[in-house]
Amino acid sequence: MSDANVLLETRGLSKNYGAVVALRSGALSVRAGEIHALMGANGAGKSTLVKVLTGDVTPNAGVILLDGHEVRFASPASARKAGLASVYQDVSLVPLLTVAQNLRLTGTAMPAIRPWLEELGLEDVDLTEYVRDLPAPTLHLLDLAQALAALPRLLILDEVTATMPADLSERVFRVARRWRSEGRSVVLISHRMTEVKALCDRATVLRDGTTVGVVDMASSGQEEIVSLMLGPAAASVVVSEGAVADTAPAPRVEQTAALEVRGLRSGVLQDISFTLRRGEVLGIVALEGQGQADLFECLSGNRRPDAGEILVQGKTRRFRHPHDAIGAGLVLVPADRALALLRQRSVLENIALPMVNRLSRWGLINSGAERRRVRTAINRLDIDTRAGSRVMRLSGGNQQKVTIARWLATGFLTLLCFDPTRGIDIRTKEQIYRVLRELAASGSAVLFFTSEMPEIQLAADRALVMFAGRVVAELSAHDATEAALLRAAHGLSRAAAAEAS
Amino acid sequence: MSARATGMRSGRWTVLQGQLRDRPSLVLVGVLLLLVLVIGVTRPGTVGPTWVANTILFAAPLGIVAAGQTLVMLTAGIDLSVAAVMTAAAYVAASQSYFGSIRAVILALAVGLVVGLLNGIGVAIFRVQPLIMTLGMGLVVSGVLLVYSLKVSPEGPPNVPDIVRTLGSGKVLGFVPNSALLWGAIATIVIVGLRQTGYGRLIYAIGDNPVACRLAGVRGWLVQLVTYVICGFLAAVAGLVLTGAINGADLSLGDVSLLPSVAAVVIGGTSIYGGNGGYAGTLVGALILTVLSSLFTLLDAPDPLKQILYGAIVVLLAAVYVRTAGDTG
Repeated sequence: MSDANVLLETRGLSKNYGAVVALRSGALSVRAGEIHALMGANGAGKSTLVKVLTGDVTPNAGVILLDGHEVRFASPASARKAGLASVYQDVSLVPLLTVAQNLRLTGTAMPAIRPWLEELGLEDVDLTEYVRDLPAPTLHLLDLAQALAALPRLLILDEVTATMPADLSERVFRVARRWRSEGRSVVLISHRMTEVKALCDRATVLRDGTTVGVVDMASSGQEEIVSLMLGPAAASVVVSEGAVADTAPAPRVEQTAALEVRGLRSGVLQDISFTLRRGEVLGIVALEGQGQADLFECLSGNRRPDAGEILVQGKTRRFRHPHDAIGAGLVLVPADRALALLRQRSVLENIALPMVNRLSRWGLINSGAERRRVRTAINRLDIDTRAGSRVMRLSGGNQQKVTIARWLATGFLTLLCFDPTRGIDIRTKEQIYRVLRELAASGSAVLFFTSEMPEIQLAADRALVMFAGRVVAELSAHDATEAALLRAAHGLSRAAAAEAS
Repeated sequence: MSARATGMRSGRWTVLQGQLRDRPSLVLVGVLLLLVLVIGVTRPGTVGPTWVANTILFAAPLGIVAAGQTLVMLTAGIDLSVAAVMTAAAYVAASQSYFGSIRAVILALAVGLVVGLLNGIGVAIFRVQPLIMTLGMGLVVSGVLLVYSLKVSPEGPPNVPDIVRTLGSGKVLGFVPNSALLWGAIATIVIVGLRQTGYGRLIYAIGDNPVACRLAGVRGWLVQLVTYVICGFLAAVAGLVLTGAINGADLSLGDVSLLPSVAAVVIGGTSIYGGNGGYAGTLVGALILTVLSSLFTLLDAPDPLKQILYGAIVVLLAAVYVRTAGDTG
């Protein structure tokens, strides 16, 4: 049934939360000395499977075999002791403690972690520094180093590289390869197909909570995995590069400026100016921390700029509160869904939130009209609302769609999306970009930042590249190849190495 | 495909958990009926129309003050000044009754509005922790009331105004307590308001995620401010109903209502972290607490034992609620 080389095997794992089935029949078999990808659309059950493996969640049924012996993990600690360690997209360090205190908290000995800090390029990190003062990518690597210090036999990387710039991701992959060469195993979860292709030996594909296939990376193509992920019914909509731009109506960029920014300064942002026209999708590309976050904060009214002007349809506007920006038609979809959603509330209440605030104000809600508008937005984005009584029970991709649906229902002039496809699957990505194109085609303007450069050509008419708080390049969609964007994002290769790390 | 079931929990427990999660009020009603049953069995002949009417009459002040507390706790806040406000409103009304009932009632309600406004300004605008703000405000109100009581006492003993007495202890058709009608009206407004108005939605939204509200353009401070004002007002109304029910006012009138006002909300299933719950649960919670203390009185339990049991049962109910209805997702 299984070869002797298998380190970890699961059979028929299932987990449900009330009526919602998160995992139906999870089968996974990881050999010693391999990097194994766990693939699936959002809501396919990847995260639940990982949580079961790390003892975070007790399964309703099924078995876990480690070295052929059945094991049960009552807590994350017992999983760690058995040699399973995981690193998640969300950093598990305490912000108000120093790095050294955090290490002590998890019982990580300095001699054990030292070599891994060096391996990951963190030898310069000051251990007396507070975690909250360190940049996010550093924290991700610290988290990883901490997991490595325990020398786990199976290392689980759950979307760890989703928010990392390419150079840092490469450090993570180097460690994964080393793990494999030492006869240990790695389970990798990533939505970036190229990463998976380059790194992994085999992939297990989940769909609707069930393992639907195990593929050999060397002998099978990207299409095979994607069609497994999407299932037979959806296989026909498998995306190829440029599919979105081709199928959406031709853009008709008008000459009227929806948004104009002149000499804006705030935080890292140094004197930035650009114009966004109605009917246009403008993409912004930058490495981590080049001022893109400050730009979106100012435009959405969440922060007042130090200097500069924001003009909406030719009129200067000053935003003291997001309420003012929304009133002027500028609405934001933030990168972090936790910042945008009411986790305990229903899909309807989440989508209707700005509507309630703006249209019906504080009085009686016209529930018929409200439901109609919400329903239209849900249909347009194809949101799966089966678990809709609480938004936190939705999958990541559906949650992200809710944050966009909110503004479709409310109405807007310019949509600001900050990394709207971070950590979501390929099909949802395609849906989101299709909607962005449609919105532009119907006369709105869209400004989006993306950390995945190939997406620019998929969705944007034009791209701006930011570096050190300034716009350093403007490219048409045609010229915005990944290579061109990367070069520009590193400051035109001048001083690139110094700034990137 | 050899899926073997392991570690399955007992099915019955899972069903109960599901019930609790989906219909918390239903289970609470069950607890309430159980308590009534216990009274009926241990003291036959007690439970009847009169007993029901009186229980509701005693529960009304708690139910009304807990309505305000529910709103505040849904915003992830808490109001610990409600006891002092109840006392102050009752005492002001009693001491001013000499100048006419209407004026006395208006002044009493004004006390609630002013304290609520100050709480709201502290919490919503100056960002003081609700616990500290309202605890401090409670002390201030008690202190001011003490000074006030020394000032007004020469004008004659406090005397509960007629309309307040009618409101607190009168009955329509000799059966339905007036205060129950008032409580019913308030409950209807709060329940419908939370579900069907924009303000109600925003209360939940603010309690769930203030950052998300800000990004959606909601001015959260305004929602908080209004909520504390409403809570102060309802506490004053509850103080009046209570003073009318017992036909007297002293400087510690509302003290006994502080813990129950929070406990009724928690037992009723409103999360102390905000964003989840509602008034229907609180309403049943207030009835449970009232029936519980009437049970102890009927059983002639000595005071210390009563206190111990009451406190323990409140904690137990809250713990059971969190374990079963708490969403771990």
